[in-house]
Amino acid sequence: MFEGLNTKLSNVFKNLKGRGKLTEKDIDLVLKEIRMALLEADVNFTVAKDFVASIREKAIGNEVLDSLTPAQQVIKIVQNQLTALLGGEISELNLSVRPPVALLLVGLQGSGKTTTSSKLARMLKESKKKVLLVPADTYRPAAITQLKKLGSDLEIDVYDSDPSKSPLEICGGAMEHARINTYDLIIIDSAGRLQIDEVLMKELHDIKSIINPQEILLIADAMTGQEAVNVAQAFDKSLDLTGVILTKLDGDARGGAALSIKAVTGKSIKFVGTGEKADALEPFHPDRMASRILDMGDVLSLIEKAESAFEGEDVDELHKKIKNKSFDLDDFRKQIQSIKKMGSMSQILDMIPGMGALKQKGLPQADEGELKKIEAIISSMTKEEKRKPALINGSRRLRISAGSGTQVQDVNKLLKNFQMTQKMMKKFSKGGLKGLKRSGMLPF
Amino acid sequence: MEGQEKKGFFSKLKSKLSGTSEGLVKKIDRAILGKKEIDDKLIEELEEILIMADLGVKTTYDILEAVQDKVRRKALNDDHALRESIKSEMFNILKSEESRLSFEGRKPLVMMVVGVNGVGKTTTIGKLASRYKSYGKNVIIAAGDTFRAAAIEQLDVWAERSGIDIIKHPDGSDPAAVAYDAVEAGKLRGADLVIIDTAGRLHTKINLMDELKKIKRVMSKVIPEAPHEVLLVVDATTGQNAISQAKLFNEAVGITGIAVTKLDGTPKGGVIIGIADELKIPIRYIGVGEGINDLRDFYADEFVEAIF
Repeated sequence: MFEGLNTKLSNVFKNLKGRGKLTEKDIDLVLKEIRMALLEADVNFTVAKDFVASIREKAIGNEVLDSLTPAQQVIKIVQNQLTALLGGEISELNLSVRPPVALLLVGLQGSGKTTTSSKLARMLKESKKKVLLVPADTYRPAAITQLKKLGSDLEIDVYDSDPSKSPLEICGGAMEHARINTYDLIIIDSAGRLQIDEVLMKELHDIKSIINPQEILLIADAMTGQEAVNVAQAFDKSLDLTGVILTKLDGDARGGAALSIKAVTGKSIKFVGTGEKADALEPFHPDRMASRILDMGDVLSLIEKAESAFEGEDVDELHKKIKNKSFDLDDFRKQIQSIKKMGSMSQILDMIPGMGALKQKGLPQADEGELKKIEAIISSMTKEEKRKPALINGSRRLRISAGSGTQVQDVNKLLKNFQMTQKMMKKFSKGGLKGLKRSGMLPF
Repeated sequence: MEGQEKKGFFSKLKSKLSGTSEGLVKKIDRAILGKKEIDDKLIEELEEILIMADLGVKTTYDILEAVQDKVRRKALNDDHALRESIKSEMFNILKSEESRLSFEGRKPLVMMVVGVNGVGKTTTIGKLASRYKSYGKNVIIAAGDTFRAAAIEQLDVWAERSGIDIIKHPDGSDPAAVAYDAVEAGKLRGADLVIIDTAGRLHTKINLMDELKKIKRVMSKVIPEAPHEVLLVVDATTGQNAISQAKLFNEAVGITGIAVTKLDGTPKGGVIIGIADELKIPIRYIGVGEGINDLRDFYADEFVEAIF
């Protein structure tokens, strides 16, 4: 459904080409595309309007009009401005007060407060803090049980909230408990509520005044539409938020809500939730979010993940092997394992620019099962076979397929792919990427 | 029975949707009433109002295109005609997606409920089950969300509250097995309705969508036509991503109906018009509050009258 802004702008400029100098009117046409891109990403209408107006000023005073690559120029300006608006740099939790430090999580129903509180607790526990989780949602059935289960899975203490007591009493009791048992931090999971629910908003206000939390974090769903502004504004007005956590960013929502929230409250987005697993909570990077809102991919995150998955020494060794042409099936398997460490295939694909648009067009997905299969096949080979795949004749293929629970065709396919890889590597070691391009083995 | 009920609830619906009325229709009124001329500036103002109400970029332009077309043909003479024209555009979009769930020839009717995380699937099931029970239907619910901590307990509380049979397996067990058992139990016990909960999942996760396909597939081993209804639950606070959600869930398991939840209070009812326009899937239910009776059948005329 969404076309990348990159493509759109390039098209606009293409149509304008050959007409000599660009006029202000032409720029307006470009700005309209930018505005549409923002609206399609769920950026609030007013926020988008103001933003585009500020871009207009920058673009017109700039050399865009004379530039050879006006599309790139404009995109650069848009991206820089968007990054600046989203917060410029990473903002961290402020925990430097006398313990126990209280963190209060608030938000609408279903935004992900309970899940996020357990993720946050896990992260803080990793940094050697003694953390207490406090379930204070007495409204949704089994919400307290949910947090208790999450806590016990992660070996984090959970306050034994009594559902018959009021959230206010629970929080007061938990704070006392934390003081006596010398906890560093308590994380309060409040019930979801509508920002216009006066009774429940007052309840939060009361909780705030008795426990005096160091951080009050709004948990906001990345899929939120225009309403994000009203939600953030209302919560901020009655509680004076200290920050925001954006959840469910592992979907395909462009997350314009991030910009809306930041623009109307001025409060920083501190973390983003990127998956169902307990460790899927990451610091917020404004520059990456800007690319995402503009559907321009997130190459930085990808590189970071790749770097942590492929450890330094391995990479050096790999280089050597490629040079000596001794890259064998064992190395091939190691590579696959490294790729798996980077996360799910769809997560990786999401970070590649333009992938959003391709996915919408029904691009076939890389299959994780396929990776597993390849691993199984390689594991069913002897050391000798892994080193010299040429050895693998018909009867060996039969044995390997039986041993790995796959079809002979799968083994054939793998061997063929491996041959291709080896060929590619030879070219690579000769002439780098250029060698590959010349050989026509890369699609670009 | 339902006709009576419908009338009785109308004023309540009106107050529940007052946010939408305020945030969408009252704004439209303020923009157009008293205007002598329908010019670009007014259209631009309307565009802002519709997009802010989450109708979505496409639907907003569809509606305004239709309106401008009438203006060009001089079919709209004054502000009142303009208001009526917008209203009828919205009504037409909604009316074409109004369709009731039919129990006929389906015993039990098997309903599978799907959606992304946090939209209110479990709550919707709790409300649906207790409502159909109050209509005298024999209902079974199945705790198919075996992934999220305490999801089973949450549904259990609902079952207990309204005295409904529940099929459940331990945490972490195979949701397809739960679904199979539920459909079988429904068949053996002569139930009228079997509702199966599933774990929330983001529509972009291929492996989780595959799991959903499997859950659907096993049901048909007990009753070939089951599930008769695949209900997608969408949170009204969702923006443009709702379209992508519906599209991908539809590709995976074939959505036959939509429930839009959390429509109450705030001015976000517009999303339902965008959903109807872009998805072309029947809207069955709307959720307008926390109470059991706040999950209602969707009627286009009632909805439009309540906000206009």
